[in-house]
Amino acid sequence: MTDLLFIVFAGLALLCGFLTVANPFTRSPVASALFLVLTMVWLSGLFVLLHAFFIAAVQILVYAGAVMVLFLFVIMMLDLREEERRQWNRFGVAAGLIAVAGLLGITVLTVVRSGISGETEATLEGTTPLLGTALFTQYLLPFEIVSVVLLVAMVGVILLSKRELK
Amino acid sequence: MHVGLEHYLLVSAALFALGLLGVILRRNLLVLYMGLELMLNAANLALVAFSRFQNNIQGQVMVFFIITVAAAEVSVGLALIVALYRKRQTAHVEDLTSLKF
Repeated sequence: MTDLLFIVFAGLALLCGFLTVANPFTRSPVASALFLVLTMVWLSGLFVLLHAFFIAAVQILVYAGAVMVLFLFVIMMLDLREEERRQWNRFGVAAGLIAVAGLLGITVLTVVRSGISGETEATLEGTTPLLGTALFTQYLLPFEIVSVVLLVAMVGVILLSKRELK
Repeated sequence: MHVGLEHYLLVSAALFALGLLGVILRRNLLVLYMGLELMLNAANLALVAFSRFQNNIQGQVMVFFIITVAAAEVSVGLALIVALYRKRQTAHVEDLTSLKF
């Protein structure tokens, strides 16, 4: 059952990821954003299969909820049309494809040859209390620093979106 | 077939490659940013898979911090794009060449 769900979630996540970056039917940014939301949702399904329930919930709340709504707001505000078809630099596109294929090949080869294929025992259980304990004991200082990072980002965003900088 | 660590890692690698492809191929600043988000999510998937199969909670702590910092990064980046659009009336990377030597 979980194996079947893994295949469904992983396949749908990869399909939606592909439609995000290279949709053959439309080049509208809104379509990309909505397919990215779907990718996040399938990824959170994969997190549930990995028994990372808290991370799955945060993925839906923060990514699919907050971040992608921000993306859609900005798309709406900028009133972006379809990406115009311009003359593509053929050499650049070919070089990019080769680079990505090379990176993918190296990663896949590393995973296949690393000898972790025998490691199928999933052992971590009951992760939410564990995560909370780790966050508020061992990682308390990084946790506080991250809250300061969020505050600084908020101040920066307010400053950047003022009409004229003084 | 029994789903193990390497299957999750392969899915994560494929998602990362898709994100990189988006960053390289697309010319719209916002879609480029979405490619970046896809790459971050691929890394998150690999970290959570390692955390589950190595019986170590620290992978999930890392993912928690990555999600928080990514949210801050997206808000600042989108504010920059909006400010840029106000000044130059474009979100197309090929029009933004004033730093080109």
